[in-house]
Parts: sequence; C-alpha cells; structure tokens
Amino acid sequence: MTSSATPLHYLPITEAAAALSAGRLTSAELTEAVIARAEAVEPRLRALLSADPASARAQARASDLRRASGQSLGPLDGIPIGLKDVIAVQDQPLTAGSRMLANFISPYDATVTRRLRASGAVLYGRHNCDEFAMGSSTENSAFHPTGNPWDLDRVPGGSSGGSAAALAAGEALATLGSDTGGSIRQPAALCGVVGLKPTYGTVSRYGLVAYASSLDQIGPFGRTVADVALVLQAIAGHDERDSTSLRAAPEDFGEAVTASPVPRRLGLPREYFGEGLDPEVAAAVEQAVAHYRGLGCEIREVSLPHTPYCLDAYYVLATAEASSNLSRYDGVRYGHRCAAPRDLQDLYCRSRAEGFGAEVKRRIILGTYVLSSGYYDAYYLRAQKVRTLVRRDFLRAFEEVDALLTPTSPIPAFRRGEKADPLAMYLCDIYTIGANLAGLPAMSVPCGFTRAGLPVGFQLIGKPLGESELLAIGHAYDRVHQWGRRSPNL
Amino acid sequence: MGASLAESLSPGPAVSSPAPQSPAYEAVIGLEVHVQIRTRSKIFTRVAAGYGHEPNTLTDPVVLALPGALPVMNRAALDAIIKAGLLLGCEIAPVCKWDRKNYFYPDSPKNYQISQYDAPVCRGGAVEIELPGPARNVMGEHKRIPLTRIHLEEDVGKLNHGAAESLVDYNRAGTPLMEIVSEPALHSGEEAYAYLTSLRATMIQGGISDCDMEKGQLRCDANISLRPAGSTTLGTKVELKNLNSISFVRDGIEHEIRRQRGILERGGRITQETRDYDGMTGTSQSLRSKEEAHDYRYFPDPDLMPVVIDEAWRERLRADCPELPFDRQRRFIAAYDLPYTQTSVLVWDRPLADYFEAAVRLGAAPQAAGNWIINDLQRELASAGSAPAECRVSPSHLVALLRLIESGVLLNAAAKEVFIEMFATGDSPEKIADRRGLRATPTDQGELEGWCRESIAGNPKAAAEFRSGKDGAINALKGPVMKAAKGKASPKAVDETLRRLLAGG
Repeated sequence: MTSSATPLHYLPITEAAAALSAGRLTSAELTEAVIARAEAVEPRLRALLSADPASARAQARASDLRRASGQSLGPLDGIPIGLKDVIAVQDQPLTAGSRMLANFISPYDATVTRRLRASGAVLYGRHNCDEFAMGSSTENSAFHPTGNPWDLDRVPGGSSGGSAAALAAGEALATLGSDTGGSIRQPAALCGVVGLKPTYGTVSRYGLVAYASSLDQIGPFGRTVADVALVLQAIAGHDERDSTSLRAAPEDFGEAVTASPVPRRLGLPREYFGEGLDPEVAAAVEQAVAHYRGLGCEIREVSLPHTPYCLDAYYVLATAEASSNLSRYDGVRYGHRCAAPRDLQDLYCRSRAEGFGAEVKRRIILGTYVLSSGYYDAYYLRAQKVRTLVRRDFLRAFEEVDALLTPTSPIPAFRRGEKADPLAMYLCDIYTIGANLAGLPAMSVPCGFTRAGLPVGFQLIGKPLGESELLAIGHAYDRVHQWGRRSPNL
Repeated sequence: MGASLAESLSPGPAVSSPAPQSPAYEAVIGLEVHVQIRTRSKIFTRVAAGYGHEPNTLTDPVVLALPGALPVMNRAALDAIIKAGLLLGCEIAPVCKWDRKNYFYPDSPKNYQISQYDAPVCRGGAVEIELPGPARNVMGEHKRIPLTRIHLEEDVGKLNHGAAESLVDYNRAGTPLMEIVSEPALHSGEEAYAYLTSLRATMIQGGISDCDMEKGQLRCDANISLRPAGSTTLGTKVELKNLNSISFVRDGIEHEIRRQRGILERGGRITQETRDYDGMTGTSQSLRSKEEAHDYRYFPDPDLMPVVIDEAWRERLRADCPELPFDRQRRFIAAYDLPYTQTSVLVWDRPLADYFEAAVRLGAAPQAAGNWIINDLQRELASAGSAPAECRVSPSHLVALLRLIESGVLLNAAAKEVFIEMFATGDSPEKIADRRGLRATPTDQGELEGWCRESIAGNPKAAAEFRSGKDGAINALKGPVMKAAKGKASPKAVDETLRRLLAGG
C-alpha cells in the first residue's frame, strides 16, 4: 500500500504508477478500491451507465502478472480508466446515452480502446452523457441525470458529464470524453478536473459514436495536467482507420510537460471576458493570469473578432453533420425498433420518434433544414466561411502570443433543470466552441472554487499540434496549485 | 445547392440529326450507366468485394454502419475511375472529393450514400460507337457520344422481398461503383445498344470491370424524351429503369419511344416520371412521378479527406491503358490490310487481338494469321471452353505452322490436323508433323507427270477450254491428280506440272 494520505481512488496516475512500479501497490488493490468507491457513490452520483467489475478485476490481475514478470507496458499499466459511453468497447454496451442504443453491445473496439488496452490500462466503467453527446449538462441522457460531485443538485456539465463526475468522485484514475463544442472542457471546469481536447486529427475517431464528424475529438480527463499528458500519449497518433487522423511526428507528451520552457507570451482574447461572465469565475481566472504574470509571462490582450459568430456557425455545421450521421439509427439493422411497424415508413418514423430524445430531434431537424435544397448556400456554405475566418483569427493571434488564456465556462455548475431554454444551454459553450471550429488543442485547468464551493476552470488554447506546449503551460500553473487533487465531500 | 442533381444534369445543348424512327418526332436519349469496379476489397473498408457469397458475410462495422465506424478510401477504386476517364478522353479532376447523398432506404446502411456531387473525378470525354452497316462485312457509321461526367460512389445492398417480410443482404453494399452519364446525344435504341457495347468492351479491356450484367456489374437507366423533328428544345423526359440486359435497353427505349409518340400523336402530354421496363413482357409501368423526387441534401463528407490526383498518378495509369477497340480496328485495317469482318472479330476480344499481334510481330503473314486465329483457334478455344491466355498454342508455334504451310511442307488438310494436336498437346508443329508422318514428301516428278497426263487425257474438254484461254478450267484437271496423289502432292507442284504439260501440248 502507498504511504500517501490520499485514498487509492483519488491518486493521480503519476503517483499510482510510481507505487505500482515500486511494488508498493498492485493493480488488483487499486482496481478494487475504485470499484468499491463506485459502489459507494453511484447511488447518489449516477455517473455510470454500466460497469463490468469482473472484467476490470481480470484486467488488473493480468496487469499484475505482467509487472511481476517484468513485462510492464508503461505508466498506464494497471491504472483504472473509464470511458464515456460513446466510445466502443468490444462486448460492452454502447448506448451514447440514448434509448435508441439501450440494448446495443459493440462487437468491436474503438482505436482509443485498443490503444488503452495496449498500454495496459484497466478499462472500467461506461459513463453517462447527453444523448449522442448533444448537450452541456448530461441532463439529455435518456437514462438518468448525473450529479456534480461538489453539489449533487447541480449538473456536472456535458456532454461528457459522467466522465468528469466519475473522475472527480474517484470512480477512475482518468477518463476519456469526447468534445465537439466543449464537451470535455466545460464538464472538466464544472467538476474541478483537467480536460483536454486535442488538435482535430490527433486522436482517432474510429469507434467514437459520431455527432459532428468535423468537430468531434476524443480527449482525456485527469486530476493533473501531468496525468492528462500520460493518457494523451497512449491514445494519440495516426490511425489508418480514420482518414481525418493526422500523420504528425510522434511526441513524448509526458516528457513535454516537464521539459518545455514556460511560455513568454499569453493572450487574453477580449471577446472572452465580456458580458455574461460570472464575476466569481472572472476572479478565479484573473488569479490564474496573475500566476503566469508572476512566472514572468508577458500577458497581452488580443482580439478574435469573429467570436460573436462562432455559436451560430457551430449550430449550423454540427447539426448538419449530425442529421446525416444519425440517419443510420433507423431500426433496421440494430438499435431500437418500434413494435409492429405497418410499413417501411412507419418503421422509420416510429423507431426514430421513440428512440431519440427531444434535443437530438431538435438538432436533426435543424441540420436537415440547413442542408435542404435552396438553403445550403445561405447556411452551410456560409457557416463554413465563418469557420475559415474563425481559424484565421486564432492563427493571427498566435503570431503575437504562444497560447490564449480564457475562462472555460462563463458560469460554474448550475442547478439541474435551471436551463430549460435550449438557447440558454447553448451559451454554456460560448468560450469552448472556437477551438472546435478552428481544430485547435484546448485544455481546461481547474483554478479554484466559488464561495459556494463550486469548481472553476480556465482554458488554454494552443497552436495547431501544439499539445506539448499547451501541456507545459498548463503544468506550470497546475503543479503549484493542484486544484484537481482536491476531493469533494461525497 | 439550388438544383437537384437530376435537374443540373438535365439535357443541355440540342443535338440535331435526322430521327430514324419517325418523320414527325426525334427521340433524345441520355444514358446513366453504373459500372461496378473490380477491386479485391470494398471502396471504404478492407472487407472483400464479391458476388454469390452467403448473405451478409462480406460485412464489417463499416459496411453495416455500426456506431463509430468510419470510411477509408480504397485507392484501387480511384485508380480504376481515373483509368476509365483516360480511356474515354475525359478531363481528370485534380482532386477527388466526396459528398454524402442523404436518403432513407434499407439497402443503404448509413441512410446516406458516399458519392460525388459537384466535383466528379471525370468530366467530358466520349464513347465512340459504330452503327450497323449495310451488310455484315461492311463497316457502319461511326459516332462519338459525348459524356457529361463519370463519378465514383458506393453500391448499396440488395433487398429480397418475401411474402411477409423483406430481407436485406449487405454483401454488395460498399462495392465501388462508377456512374457514367452521357449527354442526351443518342437518338435510338440501336444507338444505345451500340453505346453500351462499346462502353462495356472498353471497361473490360481496360481491366476496370467484368461488366457482367447478370451479376449487376453493369446497370443502365435511360432518360428519353421526344421533340418535333427540327426542334432544338427538349421535350418532357421519362426515366426508364431496370434495363438489365443490353438488348432490353434497346427494346425498352424503342418501346418508350413508341409509347411517347403514341401519346403525342393523340395530342396528349408526357408526364415526367420514372418507369420500370419489363424486358420479358416488353411493357413498362410508372414507378413514381416527379413530385415524389428526393431532396438528397448533398454536402461534403466530413469523414473523408479530399485526395489529390497529381500528374505522376495520371501518367502511371495512362501507361497502363490499352488501345481502344475502334482505334485498334483502324490500325489493323491500315497496317495489316485485314478485312473488316476479321478486325471486327479480333478487336472486341483483347486477348485474341493481342495473340494476333504477337504472331504478326514474330513474322506471320497478317491475313493468314487472322484466318487461323478466327477460324481454327477460336473454334478450339470455344470447344475447350478456355481463354486465349491459357491457350497451349504459342504464337511462335502458330508462326511455325504458317511457315510449314507456305513452304509446302504441310498441305492444308494436314495442317488442320497438326493444329488440333498443337492445341491439345502444346507441341511444336514440326514435332507433330514428324510424329504423325504428315509432311508432304517431295513426290517423284515422273509419277506426278503420269497422274497429270492421265487427268488431261481423261478431261479433254477442260484441257481444250484451258488452251483456248479459260484459265479457271485448270482446276477441273487438278482434282483427279490430288486424288491420285492421296494428299501428298503440293498444289503448287500440281499446278506447275499441269501448265507445263498443257503448254507443251
């Protein structure tokens, strides 16, 4: 057992890996602690949609045997890691938080799943999320909501709310989420953990239930920036099963965290500090800025003039792609099928009407509309042009600064049911969508708590393929403050 | 995206040529031909492409559109369409870009088809056709039918309708498919027949597809409209589907032309619709009208990156392009002085034509080689059911056989016998002739003169006719000599001896 005062289920990966390799801890013990913790908190938290403790225990035993024979696969070997329920794991449920896939068992592994297995990770837990990753509170899950570990009446954010909450509650040592418009970073901020959305194309999407293909990216949640770097190391890299995956030169992100020099210039985009920003969030972010200033960074105000158009462009492009991506859920080959269809049309209509929730239907209808004959140029094509301009804004800013620092979410975790108006919910992603449109790496790092005890995070947005630099910048703050290591009173 | 694909592809510039089928109306026809590309694996995944397998065995997460599956392009399919474009003289796009065509149907696993909308790989080009000539041995009129475009897409699965339920087989889903769209520049079923014949030969000879219509490897839809002869505007078009043989395409088009002409002559109006032609009964029925047309909501597929087609890629494929059948036919006629009928057998069968050229390169007389290949070789191949490529008679053996005939070592009847054994054994003609004792032995001149004198004496009338200038009469004198020689006298020697004796009196 480790001598640390931290309970096993709250250990950062770096410390757990050290204990494992020193023989002070076994994966079986660590996994058992995580399973026990999940069993203890799940009745109140409800971050999991499914879990397979027997499989996790078998994986842990295999890890311990490898280690005993000197065949350790690296820092993740034996570490329990959970996955958002949009990432395929062979022979495990894959629901995407939807009634449509309530009984679907994936017959294959996603590429990230294969890579985690290859790094020795113990896969444990399928996390709740907004249906088909559409939402910012996990309330759109067809099964149940998930509580915020810091206040169970509040949402954990979304769409990867289950993955952020599960990590913050000690149900895994790291988790994977997916981020289309902020779905990793916003829940990371609201749950007080680190969350990274890599450069588009860094992590394979093969086996990720598609929401909006040109924006979706899988990324890790961790308690520290260093942990996030270790998980990214395991899952990143070219995959011939994903045409959009990049052929970037391999990097050592774990090394980069400590080796890279601290940045000289950080930019504060003025459009990200305006109306709608909660004063307590603003104050916490200001303190993070002060920390960097104290490290000798030059802080500059910059402008991203097309920011006001991001949300509109996002909801045109994401829904257009979603309307097509979700066509495959038709009740013909798998998934929900209505009872006793009269004919083909009836089979389609009722299966989809029964299988999809309100937000998914809203986005399918919106996306179908913007792609319709006669509207394509006005909506889809124009939104693509906005996207180009947004990316240009960022690249221009990066001529002046090494990274951008912004709030992750304008507000801390809100109460369940508080944002019944879809448009109010959409505004939760106002600071995160830009990085998706521009395909840039972006990370939320916890930076304190509100007076009510709710976590706050700040966002770092980096250059294309600038993960190493981004992690180093984040680490320069995180290694001192380590807000993500605080544990909620659950 | 204002217009639907169908509208944007609707007939453009008018083509005016006399309508062969009616003095009052001219038919205008455009063909949409789907050709399955012969690749080992499917177009967007590694699963094998194939025909005739157990249902749903050629599938994987990508083919079945499972959650999370992604397409990855098979470059062999892109190679094939570029090659097709080069063969047909198309302009090749610098980039291959993919779009999604959205519509719901159970044979389409994703409920969208990955296709190409506004940037097909090939634009322009033409298919050269030959119309039937005035006689079998006379070349017919040639035309070039311009193409609008050729694009790449994925094939769909197959529905099998039962009494109570329909079953889907996704084995075919994801097979690479080319859609070849002609300009509305055809005017009769006969032209359509010639177009498909030429196109199919080009695809087969280019190694692009086997084009077996029974296996659905070549499928054709026809857009047909009529207009008053001399008019330059187009009439309302009807799309004819399920034309599943080249003859049915011709018959279906002729049927539709008659149907439309009947309506127009009675003063009626043509409804824009899609009709299903039944080749067995020779009738058609309406499938759907224009009002039910789809909005396919095309947009660029975000899962597939555009692929750059550079000059080196095009040149690599250009080097692999065979000569087109009609070009080869013109060359065979010009270079080898072959008769039209011979060339029109050879050039449509690339292995046979290749065999012919190999023999000619080795020194065979073109016409003699052509005769032997078309008559004897083809007959043996047909009865053995084998292809020229696996033929045991090498071109050099054929050349050797022709030399033996020319030099009088083998007489014609003997040569035929030798050839059959060459085909069966692969042995050289010399070896077979020796083994079977078929060489024409140099006959004793005295003996030959004796037979010739007997023949002249026995046919005084023929001899007299020859002497009075009728050269052909000598043939009547040859028969008895050949008969007496029992096939061992060379026709050349018999001819010379007879002439000498007849001249000498």
